[in-house]
Amino acid sequence: MSAVALEVRNVVKTFESDSGTINAVDDVSFIVEHGEFVALVGPSGSGKTTMLSILAALLTPTSGQVLIDGQDLARMSEGQRVGLRRKKIGFTFQSNNLIPFLTAAENVEFMLRLNGKLDKAGKLRSQELLSRLGLSDRLNNLPNQMSGGQQQRVAIARALIHSPTVVLADEPTASLDTERAYQVVKTFAALIHEDQRAGIIVTHDLRMVQYVDRVLQMRDGKLVKVLNDKKEILALAKGE
Amino acid sequence: MKNIFLSIYLALKEVWRNRGRFLLVSMVIALITLLVLFIAALGEGLGTNNREYISKVDAQLVVFLDKTDYIIGSSRLDDVTLRAVRRVDGVEDAGPLSTSSTAIVLPGDKVLKVSLLGVQAGRPGIPAVISGRSFLTDQAKEVIIDQRVAEQTSIKLGDVILIRSTQGTKDQFFELRVVGISSRQAYLFQPSIFVPAFVWERDRPKSAAEISNLTPAINVIFVKLKDPTQAKVMLQKIQQTVENVQVADIPTTISNIPGYSAQQGTVQTQGFFTLLIGVLVIGGFFQIQILQKVPQIGVLKAIGASNFVVGLASIIQIVFVTAVGVAIGGLLTYLFSLGFPPTVPLYFNGSSSALAIIALLAIGPAGGLVSVFYAVRIEPLKALRLL
Ligand SMILES: Nc1ncnc2c1ncn2[C@@H]1O[C@H](COP(=O)(O)OP(=O)(O)O)[C@@H](O)[C@H]1O
Ligand SMILES: [Mg+2]
Repeated sequence: MSAVALEVRNVVKTFESDSGTINAVDDVSFIVEHGEFVALVGPSGSGKTTMLSILAALLTPTSGQVLIDGQDLARMSEGQRVGLRRKKIGFTFQSNNLIPFLTAAENVEFMLRLNGKLDKAGKLRSQELLSRLGLSDRLNNLPNQMSGGQQQRVAIARALIHSPTVVLADEPTASLDTERAYQVVKTFAALIHEDQRAGIIVTHDLRMVQYVDRVLQMRDGKLVKVLNDKKEILALAKGE
Repeated sequence: MKNIFLSIYLALKEVWRNRGRFLLVSMVIALITLLVLFIAALGEGLGTNNREYISKVDAQLVVFLDKTDYIIGSSRLDDVTLRAVRRVDGVEDAGPLSTSSTAIVLPGDKVLKVSLLGVQAGRPGIPAVISGRSFLTDQAKEVIIDQRVAEQTSIKLGDVILIRSTQGTKDQFFELRVVGISSRQAYLFQPSIFVPAFVWERDRPKSAAEISNLTPAINVIFVKLKDPTQAKVMLQKIQQTVENVQVADIPTTISNIPGYSAQQGTVQTQGFFTLLIGVLVIGGFFQIQILQKVPQIGVLKAIGASNFVVGLASIIQIVFVTAVGVAIGGLLTYLFSLGFPPTVPLYFNGSSSALAIIALLAIGPAGGLVSVFYAVRIEPLKALRLL
């Protein structure tokens, strides 16, 4: 397997609206390798969520290519894209992450169930992962019996349990207080590194980037800056 | 196959974790089921009490006086017509029916109102006798009672019963020996007693002008055909050969019993509207539920659940909730029906109940269809864009 997990080549996404054409994503290219944790940052409206939707095969780019494990998403049928999301992508959303009528453990197991891979070992791994995220006493709680941070951590477990190639997280800390937010992103980063996933976290909170390996800055749909150097990244996180 | 299990898992987990809410919907369906089954049973009961004798008669055609609109009570025929009908080629036999009503005097000054039906021994129109015997002559003062009469009174085979009819201005009493008990033969909402033609003329209620009358007045003639499959042809043939008559088959005769069609129509309309309410209740519930579930369905699709899984889960849920409701309703109906006396006209006839249950099971999918389409069309992007 090559080290490249995700490759984005000259992706453009335009939306037609009453006020004219919007270039939500404008000629963006980047590569994420296995075991790499990348932050996508930028002001509101800069195209982060649109980019993430394209990476998750939820949105088709106007032009350009996205390759996951070398497979071009544009060449897939809709059915194959659903399969890709199920097998190769892990996902956490800004809110409403969990299935409300499933417990924490069931929500995580559901990802394996979807892939037809839920067995005893899978259940055990789900519980271990939840424990790792500090939820060992919350396994049988329904989402409405958990705090926002706890729900986010369950969502992270669900995004990782089925060993996906790419893990995408849209504003996972938006509903958390700062302390919790640091903790969640830190554990997230550790798991991405350990399991050699390609992780992409979208955030507008620059303090969170201290845990990532690379920062992609977007503005008006364009990738305006890439930070690779750990020192530069830490400086950005401190607001310098 | 894996997908079907996944749908079942999603559908039933959700029902179980929200069982209070879903049970409430099932209970509404159960009550609608109860109502629909009772309406069906009432329709069957009223219909049976009205037509039972006519629907059991051993004949294919009924001869009426012309221009009486197939109304038994309006038709008056005579012996000449009866003999003419019997002579028509293809007619196996024909028998007269004379209708009236009277009261059986019971112990303790009680009476049982009954239809008094005059028939000829051994001819079509005589009911099937389940115990005792039928008439041997048209003169004997004998009576065959309907099983319903036996059920509602203590009258037994061999008893002499007293009937009371008003003739002119006086109440007259007549004694009749019970020689046979027939199967249930309600007619015009009354149980029936059968007497030979001449006894009928003597015992029936009469106006002052009719008192001296001795020849039995015939209302209609039942015709039994040699070949029952030729009913249509024979109907025309009798109408053409016999003067001044109109002929109908049994279903036409029944639907022309005064009030019969209107009553059945009313009951069916009630049943239909109750089902419609069911469709709207279920439709409303699942539609509101699906609107609340948009984010959740978006997430399901975004993490890789197919439209098939999501749509099937919706269908399974609707069918399950409906089936549970219908089952509870069916059970309630059965328990209630055990407590009803035989005089209440509620008949849980197998085929009409089955039809009602099929219609009830269909209201779930009918009402929930819109929400299933809605669920399938929710975009997975909703998971990211909402809120
Ligand atoms: N479906 C859409 N139709 C029209 N414009 C859209 C649509 N989705 C996003 N946009 C526009 O694209 C731009 C980028 O949006 P988005 O990706 O949500 O940015 P971010 O997540 O960085 O806040 C915005 O100007 C937004 O209004
Ligand atoms: Mg966004």
